[in-house]
This record gives sequence, C-alpha cells and structure tokens, in this order.
Amino acid sequence: MTMKRTIGMGCALLGAIGLTSAADAAEQITFVSQGGAYQQAQTVAILDPSAKKLGITINQDSIPDAWPAIKTQVGSGKPIWDVVDTPTGNCLRGGEQGLIEKLDFSKIPNGAAMPEAYRSPYSVSYEFYSSVLSYSLKTFPKEAPNSWADFWDVKKFPGRRALRNHPFATLEAALMADGVAPDKLYPLDVDRAFKKLEEIKPHITVWWTSGAQSAQLLNDGEVDMEMAWNGRVSAVAKEGAKVAFTYNQGILQSTSLCILKGAPNLATAVKFLNEAVDPVHQANLPLHIDYGPGNPNAFETGVIKPERAAQLPSEPANAAKQALMSYAWWSSPAGEAAEKRWASFMQK
Amino acid sequence: MTTSVPDPSQKHQRREHGLMLALVSPALLVILALIVLPVGWLAWQSIYHDGFTLENYRRVFTEDVYWRSFALTFEISLAVTVIALLLGYPVAYLANSVPKGWSILILSLVVLPFWTSVLVRAYAWLALLQRSGVINQFLRYLDVISEPLALVHNTFGTVVATVHILLPFMVLPLYAAMQKIPNDLMQAGASLGASPSLTFFRVFLPLSLPGVLAGCTMVFVLCLGFYITPELLGGGRTVMVSMLVSRNVELYNQFGAASAVAVVLLLGVLVIFFIVSRFISLDRVLGQK
Repeated sequence: MTMKRTIGMGCALLGAIGLTSAADAAEQITFVSQGGAYQQAQTVAILDPSAKKLGITINQDSIPDAWPAIKTQVGSGKPIWDVVDTPTGNCLRGGEQGLIEKLDFSKIPNGAAMPEAYRSPYSVSYEFYSSVLSYSLKTFPKEAPNSWADFWDVKKFPGRRALRNHPFATLEAALMADGVAPDKLYPLDVDRAFKKLEEIKPHITVWWTSGAQSAQLLNDGEVDMEMAWNGRVSAVAKEGAKVAFTYNQGILQSTSLCILKGAPNLATAVKFLNEAVDPVHQANLPLHIDYGPGNPNAFETGVIKPERAAQLPSEPANAAKQALMSYAWWSSPAGEAAEKRWASFMQK
Repeated sequence: MTTSVPDPSQKHQRREHGLMLALVSPALLVILALIVLPVGWLAWQSIYHDGFTLENYRRVFTEDVYWRSFALTFEISLAVTVIALLLGYPVAYLANSVPKGWSILILSLVVLPFWTSVLVRAYAWLALLQRSGVINQFLRYLDVISEPLALVHNTFGTVVATVHILLPFMVLPLYAAMQKIPNDLMQAGASLGASPSLTFFRVFLPLSLPGVLAGCTMVFVLCLGFYITPELLGGGRTVMVSMLVSRNVELYNQFGAASAVAVVLLLGVLVIFFIVSRFISLDRVLGQK
C-alpha cells in the first residue's frame, strides 16, 4: 500500500523459499501484512491480544505487495502463509481465481455482524485509509481547496499539483471534479474520467509512485496541493510542516483479511480472522496509527475518544463525506481495462 | 619437431588452466544458479503460459506504450552516453597526463560515489535540483531567475543523475585505453613540428578510440536498464523500459508479460554488443586487456 511494489516481488520469492517451518501440532498461523509502523501498530493493538486470547502463536511476515506472493504460493500447491492483510481488491480477484478460501461466516460472528459493504464472500475489512486532497497552509492560509473541482480549478487555486501515478482513486477524483456525486461513481465512466484528467494533466508537476514520495513533495513545498493518503499527510503535519487535508470527497479505501487457498492452518486461521475484527481490538488500532478500524462497530465500543474518532477516515461522519472505493468494480474486466489504459495516458 | 617430447611449459599451462577453472567454478555455479536459471525460467514464462503463446510479444510489438518507452529509453541512454563522454574524456585525459600520485587521486574521486547507494544519490540530486533545492535557491539569491526552474521530476533530472552514476564506467575504460598509448608517439609528433592540438587530434584521439567505444558501450547498455533514478526523478512521465517490466507484473499478474519486455531489451543489448564486437574485441569493452 505504501511502499515500493517491486521490492515486494523479490521478498515474495525469498519469503516463499525462506519460511519453510512446518506447522506444528500446537496451534499457530502465519500472518502477513505490509510491515513498518503499520504492522507494528497492529501487533500491539490486534495481533498480540488475539494470540493471547486464542492461545495460539502468530508468526508474522511482511511484504509491501502480497499479490504476486499469493499467486506463487498457491500456485506451488503448498502455501506457507495463512492470513493476509492486503488491499481488498486482491482478496476479491484472488477469490475469483481460486487463490483465496471462501469464508464461512457462521464461524466468523464478528465478521457477520459487520455491514455487508464491509465484507465479501472471501474477505472482511481490516482497516481504512483515504486518498484525500491535501494542501500547503503556506500557499493557502485562508481559502483552501476543498473539493476535486477546486483541485481542477487552476485559476481560482493557482499552484503546483501532484497526483498519484495510478488509476485507483485518481479516476474517482476526476469524475467528482466533473460533477459526479461521490455515491454515484460506480460503474466508473472511464472515458469521461480520462477526458477530465487530460484537462489537469498539463498542470500536474509530479505523478508520485510511493507514499513516501507524496509526503516528501508536500513537506518540501515541491507542490502546493496533491492527492495523498491521509496517514502520510498527518505524519508530515505532526513533524511541523504547514500542511492540511480535507476528508471532503476523499476516496475511502481498505485492506481486508483473507485466507490463502489450502492454507496450512485453515481452522486456526478462521478463528484468528474472527478475533482480528473483534470491535475492541479494532478500536485499539487507531490509538497507535492514523488508520481507521475496518469494523465500524469499533466506534460503538467507547475505546476511541470522540476527538480521536473525528480524525479517522472511517469515522461515520467522515465516511459520509467520502466515496467508498468499489474494489468489485476495479477487479471487474472494465476496471482492469481502465488500469491498462493508464499507462498510455501517462505517456501521451 | 617430434611430438613425443613432452613440453614442460605446455603441461604447466594445462595445470594452470585446470587450477583456474577450479578457482572460478564456485563463481560460475553462483552465476548459473542465481542468474542463468532464473533468467531462463523467466524467458520461458514469456512464451509459455498454459500452452505456448506469443501474446506477450504481440503486445510488446503492437501497443504503442511499449514503443514509446523503448524510444525514450534509447533517447535517454544516447543523451547520457554523449554527455558522459564529453565530461569523462577530459577527466581521463587529465588523469593520464599527470604524475601517478595525482592520477590516483583523480581516479579515486571518480570512483568514490560508487560507495554510496544509487538510491541515496538519487535523493541527493532531488535535494539539489528540486524547487526549493540548493541550485534554485542559489540562482534566486543571485537574482538570475525569478521563478524556480523545473530541474527535476522530468527527463532532465533523470539524465543529470544518471550521468553522475554512470560516469565512472566512462572514465575508467578511457583511462585504461589512454594508458596504453605510448608517450613517444606524442613526442614524435611534436619533434616533426606538429602543434599540440594537431598531435592530439591526429595521434592521441584516434588511438584512444577503442576506449571511447568501450566506455560508450558500457554506459549506453547500463543506462538501458536504469530503474530507480527515472522512477524517483522522472516525475512519473519518464517511463523507461525497466519501469514497464515492473508495471507489467502488477498489471497482468504474470511474470511472462513482464519478462517479454525484458527479453526484448536483452536482445537489444545483445545486438548492440554484437555490432560493437565487429569493431573491437569484447574483452576490451568488459574491461580486460
């Protein structure tokens, strides 16, 4: 999600070779996330408490992009990983391609209690982040851009701009800039989105590829406004940079938990999956990192203080201002075609 | 001469060859296991996916995304090579003409950046070239410019940083070639009444050409596969072939789609090596002799 994907490729292969510890009789699973501060936060909030409560051992591995590893591991017929935390789209297309186990929600009561939009036959939402409009407070001390239409309005808000070098969330932003309501985006009108993007393209200074790069651009004043992930912007702001962002018209994205087809510890993996989306564990996550709980019931637990909740992307009032990304659409043929079209758009 | 007499020197040579083979075999095995086999496996994937298929190559040769990337990669590599030659030749010439102590100093300065990772150097260039970077601030301080120049997040920034990284690969072969030019020839030229510039252009330059070709080939070929520098400094618009390789893994979820691009690039490199080898021996390009 936030790191370079290509490094992950190598790690995936190494991981597949390196982690060959056989499953013991004692209950254990191998859980995989994306590493860094994010995995650290989960360990404290979710993984350690879950392991303790269930009496199991949770072996951890991490990889920036799990998808190639999922393919290789399941393809080899002997996967090593059990549960993966990965962008929801990977769980969906993995499910369609027979790489991910179908979930029996009668064994996952915590997941069954979540609203349907937060789960699929193959996955449950684990955490939320948002692609938001962020800006420099130095350039815009008073009237700041507050919508994608403002971002596209180079006369009213002159300044240097950056977008992510990826169609996810960028096409959604273009359509919202063109007047489509956040809840009426899907199926995306791809032609319309690219047409709108052509409009802003000459004004985009940088098309960023990694989260770290987007943070650096904002921090160093290389750009005056950009689309970035909320956690990256707030981290830069915490370090003292004069930057801010709005949740208005943000694109709410999630990672989900799913289980590899033929996982070595399937039964334990299902137990863990249920425990990991327990509302209290989930409520603990945002106490350690700027991401929202995947289970909206976490906001009912009272663990998250109202002032903290107001900062989180999936807090109901914030969520209401945003568009919820449809991973089902992005993993459909139309979504995949749009993804392929991106490359030729960038080069023209 | 009869063959029955054993030639001790030949026997000695054979033993030496055997020893050499034994010494390099671990390295050869590592190369076989870590390079030849995986590359072969990837190349195989590009034509075989649930049956033989040329789909991956059809895509590479028909979609203009690929052509644009290949064209841009060749343009950038050519620009980098020419600039590296123009910058590197005087440095190598200087290192060749000064006393030994000084030439060691010059060459170590050339090689010094090798000890810093490519990633760090790319970020260093970012700090120098960006809008709020050292160069723009200095120029604004001098009132040379009123608006910061766009020095990075484009092809320009990519070329600058790539030249910096590849410069040693130009200077070292040049220096090696220049070392082999006997000084007597220059003196002979001078004693026959030629001016220093005439001696340079008629004697020194032609004799250094193998080094030029070797350096240019090294730089050009290495530049074709650059990834991190254009990724970080290209602003997203400078899409070089190596970036297509990584993008294709994500986009098509198959190694074959990516390795087809890599195979085409590899073949391109081999063709270049073949053409160069018609002019000079490859040993020379690869830094031998």
